[in-house]
Amino acid sequence: MENFATAAGPASGRAATQYALHTTASMTERIFEARHLSKRYGGTPVVQELSFEIARGECLGVIGPNGAGKTTTIRMCLGLTAPDEGRISYFPDGPAAPPLAMPADALAIKAQLGVVSQFDTLDPDFSCQENLLVYGRYFGMSSAAIRERIPQLLEFAALSHKARARPAELSGGMRRRLSLARALINDPRLLLLDEPTTGLDPQARHLMWERLQVLLQRGKSILLTTHFMDEAERLCSRLLVIDHGRKIAEGRPRDLIAQHLEPDVVEAYGQGALELAQAPLARLAARVEVSGETVFFYTQDARALLEALAAWPKLRTLHRPANLEDLFLKLTGRQIREEG
Amino acid sequence: MNGSGIWRAPDLSLRWWPVFLRNLLVWRKLAVPSLVGNIAEPLMWLVAFGYGLGALVGDVQHGATRVPYILFLASGSICMSAMNAASFEALYSAFSRMHVQKTWDGIMNAPVNLDNVVMAEMLWAAFKAMSSVTAILVVMLALGISYSPKLLVAWPVLLGAGITFSCIALIFNALARGYDFFTYYFTLFLTPMMFLSGVFFPREQLPEPVRLVSDWLPLTNAVELVRPMFMDTWPAAPWRHALVLVAYTVAAFWVALALTRRRFRA
Repeated sequence: MENFATAAGPASGRAATQYALHTTASMTERIFEARHLSKRYGGTPVVQELSFEIARGECLGVIGPNGAGKTTTIRMCLGLTAPDEGRISYFPDGPAAPPLAMPADALAIKAQLGVVSQFDTLDPDFSCQENLLVYGRYFGMSSAAIRERIPQLLEFAALSHKARARPAELSGGMRRRLSLARALINDPRLLLLDEPTTGLDPQARHLMWERLQVLLQRGKSILLTTHFMDEAERLCSRLLVIDHGRKIAEGRPRDLIAQHLEPDVVEAYGQGALELAQAPLARLAARVEVSGETVFFYTQDARALLEALAAWPKLRTLHRPANLEDLFLKLTGRQIREEG
Repeated sequence: MNGSGIWRAPDLSLRWWPVFLRNLLVWRKLAVPSLVGNIAEPLMWLVAFGYGLGALVGDVQHGATRVPYILFLASGSICMSAMNAASFEALYSAFSRMHVQKTWDGIMNAPVNLDNVVMAEMLWAAFKAMSSVTAILVVMLALGISYSPKLLVAWPVLLGAGITFSCIALIFNALARGYDFFTYYFTLFLTPMMFLSGVFFPREQLPEPVRLVSDWLPLTNAVELVRPMFMDTWPAAPWRHALVLVAYTVAAFWVALALTRRRFRA
């Protein structure tokens, strides 16, 4: 596993050295950029004026409700769909290498990308190692070169003991990790992960997160879409919040929360909770929101509010710091969205 | 992806080869049972119809000569088998990979474009037709139906016919919303064509207007090309039949590619 990052041979070995030499510079070195992307399907705008960039070693999270345009954005980044307007550029390694553009240079760019799609596209007729072998051939790799990488990739995905098992014999988490291992077969510089942990149990999610963090430490860049705010907060150095195809916020998770929200949240629910929204004590909060049977008080300092709430003993309260989920709901609303 | 519009020229390279290899690797796992089917089915057809019906029919007029019915049937039904094998693979199996298993989506996340995936599926279906045809040829040799040396030429011609029918089938694959759709293709298109293309009886039996239509069917042209070679003669108008098949192939591949691009919004 240690030599995994350099397993693809001299090219990536060079990349690793460069990375070590330019650690500080690399923080701002872009490897991927989207400028003013717009896409319409049958007259309906799906993505509008969307711009973002990804630096080396960075994890950029794209969050938004269903139908916000996340999957279309990923499809454009992969050259599977051409944007109506805008430009997508990829910056290959090496000072002299000219930037590549999607979709014209789609194949050259994809040779350096790894993709884990929202739904597994593993081959059900193949074992884990055959899945990796067959997938590596799509990159033009020789069978010998792929076979050399397979044991390391399976070990990385904690699937060494399942090398000969077929996807149907694997758990959901194992299948996702096999998809990740498959995406790493070409030693990509940038990973595009579309909801990589949806449907997994906590153990499997944590293992996936841990693997992704290892990859980030090795200098890989990640573009991640997710519906899990804890996942976004844990993995992403920067977040892009999109809704109705437009960027509505961008920044580091902690900065976004500080920028848009009061630091403390008190949730109150149970008998009589809804009346509190109009009660005098609501003035102790900077902002009050009602959702279903729960009242949310957003405040700079929760002490006075909590003392006042102690007068309602039948009430159940929860005091916690504001988190990304609060931000997400504030920016995109609480109403249920139609599936994308 | 250069140019735009679904009707742009095919953007092909050798990247279809690993996709073809993928299908070959799956098939290798199932080759024995599928080969048994490939041999058993034509064997039953030839024995039941050729010997059973052939005893009633006797010889059949073919051009200036009369030939045993089993030879007439075998030379036609091998074209039908090429058609069925290619169609089945390019419909049910390709649809499974494209729509149900999302194998194509996975492939296109690697540096392989849609055009090359469609190309790989087309050639793969033709390869399946070829393997079926080969099995039937072995059965025919074993039964002593024909020992014509021209069978060596008939073999690649049948591969060509497989390519034609896989291209046509891929059009319907691109349009399908589910497996049920393919039933229409088989019952409304392939089955009537089987009866109109001179597989089971000479086309001279057909009424004149129907025969005019039959002249332009792809299966008719495949049969007209292949059948004389089973009787150790050459077809009377080889280039006309070959041109019709090539025209069908090119047009069908282009349409299939355009419709598949539309399906994938590529």
